[in-house]
Amino acid sequence: MSEENKPQETKPKNMIQAINSAMDVAMDRDPNVCVFGEDVGYYGGVFRATAGLQEKYGKTRAFDTPINECGIIGVAVGMATYGLRPVAEIQFADYIYPGLDQIVSEAARLRYRSAGEFTVPMVIRSPFGGGIFGGQTHSQSPESIFTHICGIKTVIPSTPYDAKGLLIAAIEDPDPVVFFEPKRIYNGPFDGHYDEPVQPWSKHPASAVPDEHYVIPLGKANTLREGNDVTLLVYGTMVHVALRAVEELGVDADVIDLRTLLPLDIEAIENSVKKTGRCVIMHEATRTSGFGAELAALVQERCFYHLEAPVQRVTGYDTPYPHSLEWAYFPGPVRTRLALERVMEDVSGQV
Amino acid sequence: MAADEPRRNLPPLQLHIPEPKFRPGDEADFSDIEVPPAGETPRPDTAAPHDAMRGHAYGLVRVLDDDHKAVGPWDPKLDADTLRKMLRAMALTRAYDQRMFRAQRQGKTSFYMKCTGEEAVAIAATFALDRDDMTFPSYRQQGILIARDWSLVDMMNQVYSNKKDRLKGRQLPIMYSTKQGAFFSISGNLATQFPQAVGWAMASAAKGDTRIAATWTGEGSSAEGDFHSACTFAAVYKAPVIMNVVNNQWAISSFSGFAGAEQTTFAARAVGYGIAGLRVDGNDALAVYAATQWAAERARTNNGPTLIEHFTYRAEGHSTSDDPSQYRSADEAAEWPLGDPIARLKNHLIGLGEWTEEKQEAMDQEVAEQVKTAAKQAEKNGILGHGLHHPLETMFEEVFEEMPWHLREQEEEMLAENRAANNVAKTR
Repeated sequence: MSEENKPQETKPKNMIQAINSAMDVAMDRDPNVCVFGEDVGYYGGVFRATAGLQEKYGKTRAFDTPINECGIIGVAVGMATYGLRPVAEIQFADYIYPGLDQIVSEAARLRYRSAGEFTVPMVIRSPFGGGIFGGQTHSQSPESIFTHICGIKTVIPSTPYDAKGLLIAAIEDPDPVVFFEPKRIYNGPFDGHYDEPVQPWSKHPASAVPDEHYVIPLGKANTLREGNDVTLLVYGTMVHVALRAVEELGVDADVIDLRTLLPLDIEAIENSVKKTGRCVIMHEATRTSGFGAELAALVQERCFYHLEAPVQRVTGYDTPYPHSLEWAYFPGPVRTRLALERVMEDVSGQV
Repeated sequence: MAADEPRRNLPPLQLHIPEPKFRPGDEADFSDIEVPPAGETPRPDTAAPHDAMRGHAYGLVRVLDDDHKAVGPWDPKLDADTLRKMLRAMALTRAYDQRMFRAQRQGKTSFYMKCTGEEAVAIAATFALDRDDMTFPSYRQQGILIARDWSLVDMMNQVYSNKKDRLKGRQLPIMYSTKQGAFFSISGNLATQFPQAVGWAMASAAKGDTRIAATWTGEGSSAEGDFHSACTFAAVYKAPVIMNVVNNQWAISSFSGFAGAEQTTFAARAVGYGIAGLRVDGNDALAVYAATQWAAERARTNNGPTLIEHFTYRAEGHSTSDDPSQYRSADEAAEWPLGDPIARLKNHLIGLGEWTEEKQEAMDQEVAEQVKTAAKQAEKNGILGHGLHHPLETMFEEVFEEMPWHLREQEEEMLAENRAANNVAKTR
């Protein structure tokens, strides 16, 4: 690497700073990239993800919008068909539903229904997931609604480094991407131990985020830990819950961070489960028809004769996210341990 | 507590369910519709503040008077050639509709929708727009394409979902799309095009472009949230967009009262949003032209959006799947106080000494021939269900720019299924 291309030493970044840097880099490189949403412009977003972008790129490229998700997404679709690359923020994933028709029937289908003439290179960024005492309207994980829709990609990062590379890839992608940001890990890799202080990202190697442009391709999983006995399929906050749990329990596990749910890195999943013969799927979203159901189906279709135990799911319960009982709802260390114990039992019932 | 137990000494509440004035068997009498004389409405400056023209949202811009003369400040003073072109586009659209409606009845396609009686709304507006202004139509503005001299054969290929359909047989008939024609892909989900048009216009403004956007929806669909989202965004950002509400009185079987017409006009929605609102005689091609020209100039000079209500009448059924005799009076169309847009423009041209009944008859025959020739050509490319479709593999193309593995696998499954079905469908 030549001296001038060498990434500069930079201060560690948390997830918000990494996401901010991704948009900054994308806006700097492409004058068609613009960002908007509720409180996104002058204030820089309620989570500060767009801080400084209006000052740097001007009001027509980073601006506030009315509180109207249908309008935000509908307008973004129109802008994208004009030739811009809009990055729309939906303040909380829980608020995305008024804009759903514009995503499902419009953004996701325009390329197909116009036979490629009108395309929607748009990103919808949205903080999602619980663990912040947000109650039922600031905690949901609606990713499986979007993976069920044909024509849209769904991306969920788990670290600052990944967040920046994946978001730049999403912005540069020719198709619409829903980019869910696990807000519980904006400031540090929360591992489910709610009774312990969370380490800041600065102590984590993935906080070394270059200031420059780089891309993590969509559709590539990241194997974070290699083992022989069980495969953990995880994304978002659950990546850190899984890593801590296998470490604590001394389980010899593959931990695979899916990073992109659609398109999915099926090869990484298949290779790992065939090797370990056991699989635990973890997500914070409700269980029924959750993305784990799709993963479990794929695993049994492709790896059935390698499986030594039923596939286990560690998920949120099929209830709204309760405010005061947040930690009883959250799929944390105990639920993970019980699932690992179940999956490690052999067919004779012995652990 | 059960709701039917009287609790208090108060009159019971009553729920109002709107009811149209006439049902099948009733004599339609529209004498209560206020039709102001043509030429009466003042024409404000295109930079006029929206609140200086509130009356326009409740009035009716009309140019053609009862003697078919163009009168008043809204007269766009078009030359006779332009008027004849406009008339021809309207006649061609009507002939096209008749032919394609019949084609559906003959089993050549699954579905069709006419715009009979409201041709002026799309066609006169298109004449007032620039060729590269972006249009976001609903399903009843085929007149835009015809006014832009788009190929009838290309449109028919779409209706027949045949092998030459540029949309590869993916869309319901009449859901045209052409980027080259600056005509946005039509959606079956109603009013979704409204915020999209606003977004396109915002992008055009942000980029310092000179093109504006225009969009259309029915009065029924103006009840959708998307319509109100669009109005909010258009007002907030002063987007260079023209938002047209085609008030043709009927949304399938629901009369305009179910979208709020008993209470106010559709143009009056503009008042609440603080944007310019115009209510226009939609069967008066010159009034539609003039209103669109006004709104286009307003948009192009950064004076913001305009909401135009086109007061018109859907002279035929909603679609080939509809039977309006089941829910409305059969003589409504004939009794409609604003007449027929083609007849009115024709009479205007005759009054100018620029046209005759004989020429009209000859033109009607000529456009019918043109449509027939186009239909024959299009039918050579196939009609729906007769095997001349795009190859099976196209089902999986353009879901994404690059096909992901799961679609590739499903495509293989589909091809295997087709082989198991003795290759019933055409493949590459």
